[in-house]
Amino acid sequence: MNSMLPSYLTMAAILFCIGLYGALVKRNAIVVLLSLELMLNAVNLNLIAFSKYGVVPSLTGQIFSLFTITVAAAEAAIGVAILIALFRSRGTVNVDEFNKMRR
Amino acid sequence: MFNIAFTGEFVAFFVLSVIMICGAVLMISLEKVVHMVISMAAVFLGLAGMFVLLEAEFVAFVQVLIYAGAVSILMIFGIMMTKHQQEEREKAKPLHETLAAVGALSLFGILFYAIRTTTFPEPTPFQGSHDNTMAIGELLYTGYVIPFELLSVLLTVAFIGAIVLAKKGADE
Repeated sequence: MNSMLPSYLTMAAILFCIGLYGALVKRNAIVVLLSLELMLNAVNLNLIAFSKYGVVPSLTGQIFSLFTITVAAAEAAIGVAILIALFRSRGTVNVDEFNKMRR
Repeated sequence: MFNIAFTGEFVAFFVLSVIMICGAVLMISLEKVVHMVISMAAVFLGLAGMFVLLEAEFVAFVQVLIYAGAVSILMIFGIMMTKHQQEEREKAKPLHETLAAVGALSLFGILFYAIRTTTFPEPTPFQGSHDNTMAIGELLYTGYVIPFELLSVLLTVAFIGAIVLAKKGADE
Protein backbone atom coordinates (compact mmCIF):
# COMPACT_ATOMS: atom_id res chain seq x y z
CA MET A 1 0.00 0.00 0.00
CA ASN A 2 2.11 2.86 1.28
CA SER A 3 5.42 1.61 0.13
CA MET A 4 8.40 3.60 1.35
CA LEU A 5 10.27 2.88 -1.86
CA PRO A 6 9.86 6.35 -3.48
CA SER A 7 11.14 8.03 -0.31
CA TYR A 8 14.28 5.93 -0.28
CA LEU A 9 14.85 6.52 -3.98
CA THR A 10 14.43 10.29 -3.51
CA MET A 11 16.88 10.23 -0.61
CA ALA A 12 19.41 8.40 -2.78
CA ALA A 13 18.87 10.94 -5.58
CA ILE A 14 19.50 13.84 -3.16
CA LEU A 15 22.72 12.25 -1.92
CA PHE A 16 23.87 11.48 -5.45
CA CYS A 17 23.27 15.05 -6.63
CA ILE A 18 25.09 16.57 -3.63
CA GLY A 19 28.01 14.22 -4.34
CA LEU A 20 27.97 15.16 -8.02
CA TYR A 21 28.04 18.86 -7.20
CA GLY A 22 30.92 18.36 -4.76
CA ALA A 23 32.92 16.31 -7.24
CA LEU A 24 32.47 18.97 -9.91
CA VAL A 25 33.12 22.07 -7.82
CA LYS A 26 35.66 21.21 -5.13
CA ARG A 27 39.38 21.78 -5.73
CA ASN A 28 40.91 19.66 -2.99
CA ALA A 29 41.43 16.16 -4.36
CA ILE A 30 40.55 14.51 -1.03
CA VAL A 31 37.18 16.25 -1.01
CA VAL A 32 36.58 15.08 -4.58
CA LEU A 33 37.30 11.49 -3.43
CA LEU A 34 34.84 11.96 -0.53
CA SER A 35 32.17 13.17 -2.93
CA LEU A 36 32.74 10.09 -5.07
CA GLU A 37 32.20 7.93 -1.99
CA LEU A 38 28.95 9.79 -1.35
CA MET A 39 27.73 8.98 -4.86
CA LEU A 40 28.65 5.30 -4.46
CA ASN A 41 26.75 5.23 -1.16
CA ALA A 42 23.66 6.63 -2.83
CA VAL A 43 23.79 3.75 -5.29
CA ASN A 44 24.08 1.29 -2.39
CA LEU A 45 20.96 2.77 -0.82
CA ASN A 46 19.07 2.22 -4.09
CA LEU A 47 20.23 -1.39 -4.32
CA ILE A 48 19.16 -2.19 -0.77
CA ALA A 49 15.83 -0.38 -1.08
CA PHE A 50 15.04 -2.45 -4.15
CA SER A 51 16.13 -5.61 -2.38
CA LYS A 52 13.35 -5.02 0.15
CA TYR A 53 10.65 -3.24 -1.85
CA GLY A 54 11.36 -4.45 -5.40
CA VAL A 55 8.92 -6.59 -7.38
CA VAL A 56 10.74 -9.75 -6.36
CA PRO A 57 12.40 -9.03 -3.00
CA SER A 58 15.52 -11.05 -2.42
CA LEU A 59 18.97 -10.87 -0.96
CA THR A 60 20.62 -10.21 -4.33
CA GLY A 61 20.55 -6.45 -3.83
CA GLN A 62 22.40 -6.79 -0.55
CA ILE A 63 25.04 -9.02 -2.15
CA PHE A 64 25.49 -6.47 -4.94
CA SER A 65 25.88 -3.66 -2.46
CA LEU A 66 28.52 -5.67 -0.59
CA PHE A 67 30.45 -5.99 -3.87
CA THR A 68 30.05 -2.24 -4.44
CA ILE A 69 31.36 -1.47 -0.96
CA THR A 70 34.41 -3.65 -1.59
CA VAL A 71 35.19 -1.99 -4.91
CA ALA A 72 34.68 1.44 -3.33
CA ALA A 73 37.12 0.61 -0.54
CA ALA A 74 39.73 -0.47 -3.09
CA GLU A 75 39.05 2.71 -5.03
CA ALA A 76 39.54 4.88 -1.94
CA ALA A 77 42.85 3.17 -1.09
CA ILE A 78 44.20 3.58 -4.64
CA GLY A 79 42.91 7.16 -4.79
CA VAL A 80 44.69 8.19 -1.60
CA ALA A 81 47.89 6.43 -2.76
CA ILE A 82 47.81 8.28 -6.09
CA LEU A 83 47.14 11.50 -4.22
CA ILE A 84 50.17 11.03 -1.96
CA ALA A 85 52.40 10.24 -4.94
CA LEU A 86 51.12 13.32 -6.76
CA PHE A 87 51.62 15.45 -3.67
CA ARG A 88 55.24 14.29 -3.46
CA SER A 89 55.98 15.18 -7.04
CA ARG A 90 53.85 18.33 -7.31
CA GLY A 91 53.55 19.73 -3.79
CA THR A 92 49.82 20.40 -3.98
CA VAL A 93 46.50 18.58 -3.75
CA ASN A 94 44.67 21.06 -5.93
CA VAL A 95 42.88 19.25 -8.73
CA ASP A 96 43.27 22.15 -11.13
CA GLU A 97 47.04 21.80 -11.08
CA PHE A 98 47.07 18.09 -11.93
CA ASN A 99 47.10 18.75 -15.65
CA LYS A 100 50.32 17.06 -16.78
CA MET A 101 51.15 13.38 -16.72
CA ARG A 102 54.87 13.99 -16.15
CA ARG A 103 57.09 16.71 -14.86
CA MET B 1 1.17 11.24 -4.26
CA PHE B 2 2.47 12.29 -0.87
CA ASN B 3 0.07 10.22 1.21
CA ILE B 4 2.52 8.88 3.72
CA ALA B 5 1.42 7.14 6.86
CA PHE B 6 3.25 8.18 10.00
CA THR B 7 4.52 4.78 10.96
CA GLY B 8 7.59 4.10 13.04
CA GLU B 9 9.58 3.35 9.93
CA PHE B 10 8.66 6.72 8.47
CA VAL B 11 9.67 8.61 11.60
CA ALA B 12 13.01 6.80 11.75
CA PHE B 13 13.52 7.38 8.04
CA PHE B 14 12.79 11.08 8.46
CA VAL B 15 15.25 11.54 11.34
CA LEU B 16 17.98 9.60 9.54
CA SER B 17 17.47 11.48 6.31
CA VAL B 18 17.67 14.83 8.11
CA ILE B 19 20.99 13.73 9.64
CA MET B 20 22.28 12.56 6.29
CA ILE B 21 21.27 15.62 4.31
CA CYS B 22 22.72 17.92 6.99
CA GLY B 23 25.98 15.95 6.92
CA ALA B 24 26.18 16.03 3.14
CA VAL B 25 25.43 19.75 2.90
CA LEU B 26 27.95 20.50 5.66
CA MET B 27 30.46 18.37 3.78
CA ILE B 28 30.05 20.66 0.79
CA SER B 29 30.06 23.93 2.71
CA LEU B 30 32.58 23.54 5.56
CA GLU B 31 35.95 25.25 5.35
CA LYS B 32 38.42 22.78 6.80
CA VAL B 33 39.03 19.43 5.17
CA VAL B 34 39.09 17.48 8.45
CA HIS B 35 35.64 18.80 9.37
CA MET B 36 34.40 17.66 5.99
CA VAL B 37 35.57 14.11 6.74
CA ILE B 38 33.81 14.18 10.12
CA SER B 39 30.50 15.31 8.62
CA MET B 40 30.93 12.64 5.97
CA ALA B 41 31.23 10.06 8.77
CA ALA B 42 27.83 11.28 10.02
CA VAL B 43 26.39 10.58 6.56
CA PHE B 44 27.88 7.08 6.58
CA LEU B 45 26.44 6.32 10.02
CA GLY B 46 23.01 7.62 9.01
CA LEU B 47 23.14 5.41 5.94
CA ALA B 48 23.96 2.43 8.15
CA GLY B 49 20.86 3.21 10.21
CA MET B 50 18.82 3.31 7.03
CA PHE B 51 20.15 -0.12 6.07
CA VAL B 52 18.99 -1.48 9.42
CA LEU B 53 15.59 0.03 8.63
CA LEU B 54 15.62 -1.87 5.34
CA GLU B 55 16.33 -5.16 7.11
CA ALA B 56 19.88 -5.42 5.80
CA GLU B 57 21.66 -5.76 9.11
CA PHE B 58 24.83 -7.34 7.79
CA VAL B 59 25.34 -4.63 5.17
CA ALA B 60 24.69 -2.01 7.86
CA PHE B 61 27.51 -3.32 10.01
CA VAL B 62 29.80 -3.65 7.02
CA GLN B 63 28.95 -0.04 6.24
CA VAL B 64 29.93 1.06 9.74
CA LEU B 65 33.17 -0.93 9.65
CA ILE B 66 34.30 -0.04 6.16
CA TYR B 67 32.98 3.46 5.57
CA ALA B 68 32.64 5.07 8.99
CA GLY B 69 35.79 3.29 10.13
CA ALA B 70 38.25 2.51 7.39
CA VAL B 71 37.49 5.01 4.65
CA SER B 72 37.17 7.97 7.03
CA ILE B 73 40.45 7.11 8.74
CA LEU B 74 42.10 6.60 5.36
CA MET B 75 40.93 10.03 4.23
CA ILE B 76 42.22 11.61 7.45
CA PHE B 77 45.57 9.92 6.86
CA GLY B 78 45.52 11.28 3.33
CA ILE B 79 44.94 14.77 4.68
CA MET B 80 47.77 14.42 7.17
CA MET B 81 50.19 13.06 4.57
CA THR B 82 49.48 16.06 2.37
CA LYS B 83 48.80 19.53 3.73
CA HIS B 84 46.80 19.31 6.89
CA GLN B 85 46.66 22.98 7.77
CA GLN B 86 45.13 23.71 4.46
CA GLU B 87 41.77 25.42 4.32
CA GLU B 88 39.61 25.31 1.27
CA ARG B 89 40.44 28.68 -0.16
CA GLU B 90 38.36 28.85 -3.24
CA LYS B 91 39.24 31.29 -5.88
CA ALA B 92 35.79 32.22 -7.00
CA LYS B 93 34.87 30.62 -10.29
CA PRO B 94 31.22 31.69 -10.44
CA LEU B 95 30.47 30.42 -13.92
CA HIS B 96 31.87 26.96 -13.22
CA GLU B 97 30.03 26.67 -9.91
CA THR B 98 26.74 27.89 -11.35
CA LEU B 99 26.98 25.44 -14.22
CA ALA B 100 27.73 22.57 -11.83
CA ALA B 101 24.82 23.57 -9.58
CA VAL B 102 22.43 23.80 -12.54
CA GLY B 103 23.62 20.43 -13.79
CA ALA B 104 23.20 18.72 -10.42
CA LEU B 105 19.81 20.33 -9.80
CA SER B 106 18.47 19.40 -13.21
CA LEU B 107 19.66 15.82 -12.74
CA PHE B 108 17.82 15.79 -9.41
CA GLY B 109 14.72 17.24 -11.08
CA ILE B 110 14.71 14.51 -13.71
CA LEU B 111 15.25 11.77 -11.11
CA PHE B 112 12.55 13.18 -8.83
CA TYR B 113 10.06 13.44 -11.68
CA ALA B 114 10.81 9.89 -12.78
CA ILE B 115 10.47 8.52 -9.24
CA ARG B 116 7.22 10.33 -8.56
CA THR B 117 5.52 9.42 -11.83
CA THR B 118 6.42 5.74 -11.74
CA THR B 119 3.93 3.39 -10.17
CA PHE B 120 5.88 0.72 -8.38
CA PRO B 121 4.19 -2.67 -8.35
CA GLU B 122 3.40 -4.25 -5.00
CA PRO B 123 6.26 -6.45 -3.85
CA THR B 124 5.50 -10.11 -3.67
CA PRO B 125 5.53 -11.24 -0.05
CA PHE B 126 8.97 -12.36 0.92
CA GLN B 127 9.70 -14.14 4.13
CA GLY B 128 13.19 -12.94 4.93
CA SER B 129 15.18 -15.49 6.79
CA HIS B 130 15.71 -14.89 10.49
CA ASP B 131 19.46 -14.81 10.15
CA ASN B 132 20.37 -12.21 7.57
CA THR B 133 24.11 -12.83 7.89
CA MET B 134 23.81 -16.58 7.43
CA ALA B 135 21.59 -16.19 4.38
CA ILE B 136 24.08 -13.77 2.81
CA GLY B 137 26.97 -16.11 3.60
CA GLU B 138 25.19 -19.05 2.00
CA LEU B 139 24.41 -17.03 -1.12
CA LEU B 140 28.02 -15.79 -1.35
CA TYR B 141 29.42 -19.30 -1.24
CA THR B 142 26.88 -20.88 -3.58
CA GLY B 143 25.51 -18.57 -6.26
CA TYR B 144 28.09 -15.81 -6.17
CA VAL B 145 31.28 -17.70 -5.48
CA ILE B 146 33.08 -16.66 -8.69
CA PRO B 147 32.49 -12.89 -8.26
CA PHE B 148 33.48 -13.31 -4.62
CA GLU B 149 36.82 -14.88 -5.54
CA LEU B 150 37.39 -12.28 -8.26
CA LEU B 151 36.83 -9.58 -5.65
CA SER B 152 39.49 -11.09 -3.44
CA VAL B 153 41.91 -10.90 -6.40
CA LEU B 154 40.86 -7.28 -6.96
CA LEU B 155 41.46 -6.40 -3.33
CA THR B 156 44.92 -7.99 -3.38
CA VAL B 157 45.86 -6.13 -6.54
CA ALA B 158 44.56 -2.84 -5.13
CA PHE B 159 46.43 -3.34 -1.89
CA ILE B 160 49.75 -4.13 -3.60
CA GLY B 161 49.21 -1.30 -6.06
CA ALA B 162 48.52 1.21 -3.31
CA ILE B 163 51.72 0.25 -1.50
CA VAL B 164 53.79 0.46 -4.69
CA LEU B 165 52.27 3.83 -5.68
CA ALA B 166 52.71 5.43 -2.29
CA LYS B 167 56.21 4.05 -1.78
CA LYS B 168 57.70 4.96 -5.16
CA GLY B 169 58.33 8.63 -4.51
CA ALA B 170 59.54 8.16 -0.94
CA ASP B 171 63.09 7.13 -1.89
CA GLU B 172 63.88 10.34 -3.74
